[in-house]
Amino acid sequence: MNAAPVPHEIHAQLSGVTRTYPTVPGAGAKMPVHALGPIDLDLLRGEFFAVVGPSGCGKSTFLEVLAGLQQPTAGAVTFEGKPVGGQVPEGIGVVFQEDASFPWLTVWDNVAFGLRRSGVAAPELRRRVEDAIAFVGLKDFARAYPSQLSGGMRQRVCIARTLVLQPRLILLDEPFGALDAQTRLLMGDEVLRLWRRTGATVLLITHALDEAAMLADRVGAMSARPGRFIEIIATGWPRGRDSTIVGEAAFGEITGRLWERLRGESLKALGHAAVPAMAAE
Amino acid sequence: MTATRRTADTLFILFGLVVLWEILHRIAGETAMPAPLPTFAYLLHNLTTPRFIANLTTTGLELGYALLLAYGIGLAIGVWMGAHRLSGAVGEPILVSLYSLPKITLYPVVLLIFGLGISGKVAFGALHGVLPVALLTMGAIRAIPPVYLRAARTLQLSPWQTIATVLLPAALPEVFTGLRIGFTVTLLGVLLGEMFASKEGLGAMIMNALQLVQGEEMMTVAIVLFAFAALANGFLLFIEHRLHRRV
Repeated sequence: MNAAPVPHEIHAQLSGVTRTYPTVPGAGAKMPVHALGPIDLDLLRGEFFAVVGPSGCGKSTFLEVLAGLQQPTAGAVTFEGKPVGGQVPEGIGVVFQEDASFPWLTVWDNVAFGLRRSGVAAPELRRRVEDAIAFVGLKDFARAYPSQLSGGMRQRVCIARTLVLQPRLILLDEPFGALDAQTRLLMGDEVLRLWRRTGATVLLITHALDEAAMLADRVGAMSARPGRFIEIIATGWPRGRDSTIVGEAAFGEITGRLWERLRGESLKALGHAAVPAMAAE
Repeated sequence: MTATRRTADTLFILFGLVVLWEILHRIAGETAMPAPLPTFAYLLHNLTTPRFIANLTTTGLELGYALLLAYGIGLAIGVWMGAHRLSGAVGEPILVSLYSLPKITLYPVVLLIFGLGISGKVAFGALHGVLPVALLTMGAIRAIPPVYLRAARTLQLSPWQTIATVLLPAALPEVFTGLRIGFTVTLLGVLLGEMFASKEGLGAMIMNALQLVQGEEMMTVAIVLFAFAALANGFLLFIEHRLHRRV
């Protein structure tokens, strides 16, 4: 069902991964907080995988463990066959939910930032930076500072800064969470373009069911904390898709199915007991 | 606002101040407040005398040493308290209460420790400057968005690269505000130190002139200090605004 160029080649793998936070002093809780897992997941090379789940379910923890920003409490993470842990491996790029563009650098210098430290020759560096800036549509703003840009444009700066390093696995942590719905649809198209052009494996964390249903080859629905995958749905979209698929019947079906799975989990996250849909009143 | 417009505004304010001065002179009389024009004449005559230059050098030297100490110690304390949560939690209330304390009450203690020479005044100036530098540096480091650190890790920076290329520039505008305020209060501390228990420096000159009822000399020193403080502060503000504009 998935549209990976080389089907079933495992690109990144999580097996038996859990993450537990020790008790925070003064927070009142006596037990350590079990935030995530156990999670077993194979990410296939070149696929677009989305993770949806209620707020606080451990989605971001999941991404940080996969990226090597956090150590799993138990279990193992591998990327391209090598164990991940302690540091972010070369080849993984991350775009965060918060604006991580550096305000003291121009758009150009922001995008060139990571590349400058990797010892790439000057002409090659210039070509790649200009290419990345053009790709995210900020050619006319290369000399601008992030403070002169909108939130969506700043997030594109961060995408370009990641893209320029030519990552093979791109992790997106709710990158459009702070944007309005229309801008999010358009940014979704840009992410699809990014995915097609780089040929990278993309993992998108989101709380928006429609965003996940529209963008991904496979959508993993995550339970309330501790986050586990309760279902993984293959969408069957063609590789050349864009945001116009929100008008298709299959889109409604997938979104509906996701909500069916996640409704109880979202109520749990709100502190309610899981109740059948019709008996909610 | 254009540069010419700003210059015109500044000149207008200066002119207004001189007019105010003249009015005060007419109300208060010759002894308390000498007239502006004779004072300027006095200033031009005396600015280059060895006595004046010696005092100016002393104050400059004291201010330089005091700033060096205030900046060095203040930055070190600020970075440490900003980066280490527990130290910050313990140290911040102590620094804040010390900051609000009228430090002139501690001057006798400083004099007993450092003596009547230059070191006492340097210590007193530095005592003033350390606190705002430390507090604002601590605030600057705490205010760095945590996502910058995560971004640095995903961009494969080493710890030293992270400090030099991410943490330092991220904190710089706020730290610079601390340095500017530190400059102002260090100058205040040095001058206060000179006004009491000192025979050298511009502060001592003012007190000396006061005792000899030399209004023109008093005002001359005041004008020099006013001009120096205003110029230095304007320069530091200029840099600060440039740093802040991008953020």
